[in-house]
Amino acid sequence: MAASKSGRLMSIPLKITPEESASSSLDRSSPLISFEDVSKVFNLREATFHAVNGLNLAIRPGEFVTLVGPSGCGKSTLLNMVAGLMKPTSGIVSYRGVPVVGINQRVGYMTQADHLLPWRTIAGNISVPLEISRIGKGARRARIEELIELVGLTGFEASYPTQVSGGMRKRAALARLLASDPETLLMDEPFGALDAQLRLAMQTELLNVQARLGKTVVFVTHDLDEAISLADRCVVFSSRPGRIVQVIETGLPRGRDLLALRFDPSFLKLARGLWETLTPELKSVERPT
Amino acid sequence: MISGRNLFGIRVAIAVALLGIWQYLSQARHLEFYLSKPTDIAGRLDQWISDGTLISHLQATVFVAIVGFAIGACAGLSVGLLLGRAATTAKVIDPFLMAFYSMPKVALAPVFVLWFGVDTSMKVIFVSLVVFFLVFLNTYSGVRNVSREQLTILRLMGARESDLMRKVVLPSALVWVFTGLRLSVPYALIGTILGEMMATNKGLGFLLANTAGTFDTTGTFATLVVIVALSMVFNALVRLAESTLMPWQARLDEQEVSI
Ligand SMILES: Nc1ncnc2c1ncn2[C@@H]1O[C@H](COP(=O)(O)OP(=O)(O)OP(=O)(O)O)[C@@H](O)[C@H]1O
Ligand SMILES: [Mg+2]
Repeated sequence: MAASKSGRLMSIPLKITPEESASSSLDRSSPLISFEDVSKVFNLREATFHAVNGLNLAIRPGEFVTLVGPSGCGKSTLLNMVAGLMKPTSGIVSYRGVPVVGINQRVGYMTQADHLLPWRTIAGNISVPLEISRIGKGARRARIEELIELVGLTGFEASYPTQVSGGMRKRAALARLLASDPETLLMDEPFGALDAQLRLAMQTELLNVQARLGKTVVFVTHDLDEAISLADRCVVFSSRPGRIVQVIETGLPRGRDLLALRFDPSFLKLARGLWETLTPELKSVERPT
Repeated sequence: MISGRNLFGIRVAIAVALLGIWQYLSQARHLEFYLSKPTDIAGRLDQWISDGTLISHLQATVFVAIVGFAIGACAGLSVGLLLGRAATTAKVIDPFLMAFYSMPKVALAPVFVLWFGVDTSMKVIFVSLVVFFLVFLNTYSGVRNVSREQLTILRLMGARESDLMRKVVLPSALVWVFTGLRLSVPYALIGTILGEMMATNKGLGFLLANTAGTFDTTGTFATLVVIVALSMVFNALVRLAESTLMPWQARLDEQEVSI
């Protein structure tokens, strides 16, 4: 059912105003997000954690970057720093050339936990960013309907978050993220809880939205195939403290067909390379340190 | 599980049994002076209803309780929301609030009577002060317990303070607000009746003091019945408001547990 839905969903245009889509008054070559020598240390009562150590990375506007690496290597921490929720212990995280201080409202953040508001229905939750940007009632309703259909939640508009499944909550959070229409999307394992067909449909949608609106996407995933198939660039981290061990320029074309890609030789080669890079890292996690 | 109809049946049976025992005890053991008896009480209530005694006293009590409750609840809600959001101020006054919170609220009653006397407007002030404290302290705790993650998510979407207030703080504190309101109902009644017992010649409190003072046990029990009924009506109204204003909470209670 999900697979047949994806075909229909792809044809739904997302409404955006020209100003909003003009994310690139910025020079294409200068980075939108940059990490310079960024380290993050958590001082807990029991111990000190080096989550990230001396990280350098620049993300260009309009780029789709995936982050992979062992659990606990600091991927969510990086997104939190871009969103301005955490400060780096040393080094600089900048956005559009300016160091991030305080909450960065240019980014939309789909967190690892969905954080939907339990007192609002699914439709009500998607409505939140639209209400915040003071969009009129009629336009809001139309937009919500569009997004609900886009993420395949038709029929669940009036359900409360506690009444739907984990994957449905994730999709509601995705719809809410798209409703807020930020210039950069930070996504932390957004599709982890979805079944294979639905995941493919959502991935396809995301690529469409990104290509059409020129969004920059920073996407954390544990699915290595996903990390390659969606990315312009895939950044591979070591286990904690996170260092970059490899950056893979996929060179895969825009508007790629994700289903066909699975059997594409260049994709298979990249995926295999990624597995080989990460396997020793994954092994080292299992060993007690 | 007991179905709704069976539950009702069982409750009625228990009530009838208790009334039966009461009636039997006072008749068989000649305890009418201490216990009165259900049939006499029913007769008295009927008489009060037809001669207008009940309505005039009830009116006075309901007026004081409702007006006091409304003023106290609105003030408590507003101050609770404001102080709850003013993080620095809240930090400073936190120990004082905890001191107030741990004080038994009924202990305040005689003090207020001493300060404000006993006429209608003073009774309203007394009731609203008691309700204010309960609603304020609960609202305040509710606001302090709002999820920081939810606030942050909305801030990232560009929310202003007013958005945060309406979309996160208020709904999330509402559960606590209603706890305060529910706790306040008996206090509002106690406050009103206590005030009426001290003086004045109106209200259920006066009726209570008057009947007890003249050893009219039947009258006293009849008044108590009315007070209990009134308190049940108030409770039901708060419940109704609760399920109307917090539909998500009502759904949560209906639905099966999943963890
Ligand atoms: N708020 C925090 N306080 C203290 N330590 C933290 C905090 N957030 C993260 N850490 C620590 O930082 C390290 C990196 O955490 P992070 O959540 O960034 O990992 P991750 O790469 O996103 O992992 P996963 O893939 O499991 O989500 C972890 O070892 C964790 O213990
Ligand atoms: Mg994470």
